[in-house]
Amino acid sequence: MAIPISYNIRNLKLRKGLTIMTALGIALTVTTAVFLMALLAGLQKAFRSSGDPRNVLVMRKGSTAELSGGFDANLFPTLRTLPGIEKDAQGEPLASGEWVVVVVLPRKDGTGEVNVSVRGLMPAGITLRSEKKDAHGQSDLKLIEGRWFTPGQREVVVGNSIHNRFSGANVGDTMDFAKGKWKVVGVFDSGGTAYDSEIWGDVNQIAADFDRQGGFASAYLRATDPVAADALKNRVSDDQRLKLEGTLETEYYEKQTSSGGAIKYIGTFVAIIMAIGSSFAAMNTMYAAVAYRSREIATLRIIGFSRPSILTSFVIEALLLSLLGAIVGIVLILPFNGMSTGIGNSLTFSETVFSLHLTVGVVLTAVAFALIMGLFGGFAPAWQAARQDILTSLRA
Amino acid sequence: MTLTRFVSKSAFRNKRRSILTVLSIAFSLLLLTLMMTIWRAFYIDKASAESAQRLVTRHRVSLTESMPGFYREKIRAIPGVKAVAPNNWFGGLYKDDKPENMFAQFGTDPQEILKIFTDFTIPDDQVKAWQRDRAGVIVDSDLAKKYGWKVGDRIVLKGTIYPVDLELTIRGIFTGPQPTDSVYFDQKYVEEAVSFAKGKAGTFEILANSPDDVPKIAATVDDMFRNSPEPTKTESEKAFYLSFVNSIGNVKAFILSICLAVLFATLLVSATTMAMSIRERTREVAVLKTLGFTRQTILRLYVGEGVLVALIGGAVGCLLAILLVTAMAHAPGMGIFLAGVKVTIPTLLVAILVAGAVGLISAIIPAYHSSKLDIVEGLRYIG
Repeated sequence: MAIPISYNIRNLKLRKGLTIMTALGIALTVTTAVFLMALLAGLQKAFRSSGDPRNVLVMRKGSTAELSGGFDANLFPTLRTLPGIEKDAQGEPLASGEWVVVVVLPRKDGTGEVNVSVRGLMPAGITLRSEKKDAHGQSDLKLIEGRWFTPGQREVVVGNSIHNRFSGANVGDTMDFAKGKWKVVGVFDSGGTAYDSEIWGDVNQIAADFDRQGGFASAYLRATDPVAADALKNRVSDDQRLKLEGTLETEYYEKQTSSGGAIKYIGTFVAIIMAIGSSFAAMNTMYAAVAYRSREIATLRIIGFSRPSILTSFVIEALLLSLLGAIVGIVLILPFNGMSTGIGNSLTFSETVFSLHLTVGVVLTAVAFALIMGLFGGFAPAWQAARQDILTSLRA
Repeated sequence: MTLTRFVSKSAFRNKRRSILTVLSIAFSLLLLTLMMTIWRAFYIDKASAESAQRLVTRHRVSLTESMPGFYREKIRAIPGVKAVAPNNWFGGLYKDDKPENMFAQFGTDPQEILKIFTDFTIPDDQVKAWQRDRAGVIVDSDLAKKYGWKVGDRIVLKGTIYPVDLELTIRGIFTGPQPTDSVYFDQKYVEEAVSFAKGKAGTFEILANSPDDVPKIAATVDDMFRNSPEPTKTESEKAFYLSFVNSIGNVKAFILSICLAVLFATLLVSATTMAMSIRERTREVAVLKTLGFTRQTILRLYVGEGVLVALIGGAVGCLLAILLVTAMAHAPGMGIFLAGVKVTIPTLLVAILVAGAVGLISAIIPAYHSSKLDIVEGLRYIG
């Protein structure tokens, strides 16, 4: 017969101070782990939701990022007229030749300088990015202030994260980079994707300022549907004359999540070491719980509770303790949910801003993590409780 | 029986509990020591004598922009500059694009670069062979060990930034002051194959006459090119590498918050144990008092016990940290950031001090309560 769980809950309540302190110790470990996991989840969201499955990114063969080298502008008309590309209202193909360059901007809080990506694009580049709709029919990319840049002008629009993190990134301000001043005419929001960390301007203006005329670093092509996108990608890659390579935009950004690698390794390491420490502490608490109750356990045995049910009961008590720790740990992290931070991206050499993102997956992993700590800390004491000699315990 | 012996006896009367507490504190202190070591390596340590004499010049805008090659001779003319050589990131792939096969590849000037990297050791005949072969390459000894390379082997680096595949012959194997994870070849090979690479330099490595010249040279170089289309940013080698660390994000806040969480967790663990073990001994305290022990003595006994356990935990933690850091410093792939780090005596002292303080703070409240205990009530206490 099983010992009711209320027995364990009452016991935990009886020794309030000890329960709270042990649970807090577990909670701190959980908080650290959750913080790191939420960072990674936010990072993945920023990159994963960037990109439309219908968009094909074209770069020179062998290039791994939009920054590394370009191709001749003469190839662009060929790309534009490939079959399978969507046309806009005027019947023009949705294709945009682009440049991505990196500039240095000072941080708003004065903690140094950060690399920021500046993207030069054609007007079609905005159209092919803004037609991505989510489940509610809302476009991901929208202007939240001002207007888009005018081709041929030294005008830029800035991503929402840039607007928030840098001074001089408001509508009407001027930014100073490359060969002179640029007027900020708008702020756009792409729904938390990597584009929010970019500055956009006219491709010809950008190319001229960075001495990159006569070519493009990349081209974006919008296919009529995801299946056509796949075909378009292969058509570009297989064409021997072009020496170009097509990738789905979604695949390209997926690859950039690897910039979270350092956080992942360090985070896992820190969380495991802290978990070992907390497990030992939980073990201590549970051993004490068993020692205090050795007469009680003997009595339970005499009444007729079997060894397995005593073992289960104490393991459950340890799990309850760690569950309490997990709950406290997750509550502690709640105020930080949505907090944004920047990370250097090894592929684009610039900063991508992302937010702490507490997903269901993160919460469940944290709970599992805490339960493992509880199990590790609780099993040996529970085993001891179950093996205890009844007579000796009663005499104690 | 002396008081010290009494404290150490009672600290380990419940062996299992004391060992668990020591281990728990040890793992926390291990993390703390590790974080302090990293902090010190990044922000406090001075660069080595050789490194302190070197500067790196790059394009003001970013590392991805290149500078005209003629800057080299202009930099050379600055007083205090002993040698200067271009150093270009090639960023090619070896074998495949797996992260474990990534290492740094630089195109440089074989005639001068080794005069700047004075802390590289390489046999003279290998240097001569490298300087004679335009398609030659010298490789780091740890990399050579990893891939089983020998002098005379051929390696192919597939270009990603530059549309060329370099077919190189290993002419020498060098050993740096710490593992560098890099190979150096003649930049002319790339310049001949790729037209847009001609006459360009990604960074310049500069050797100053003395460390005192470094700030002056940095300012002079940047002033010289301030108003040109390609302005520069020149900094000491250490500052240059640190800018990579900082680009990962707010590393300082990250380290500090981990330290804080660890510290608080240790305090909780220690306090829980002390509270448990002091409460168990309520009757004993009453007996001690009956025997004539004063409140102060009892307070001292228990605080001493808490400090002792925490100190042992701290010492074990320090030991673990030394082992781990030694393993880390010799692991390949730590690159330039943490290669060769050591746990120093001051760091260890701080860690031990922190452990002692944790023990003190965690024991003081339960010990104080216990010392105030009424004898009669204490004797009546039944666990």
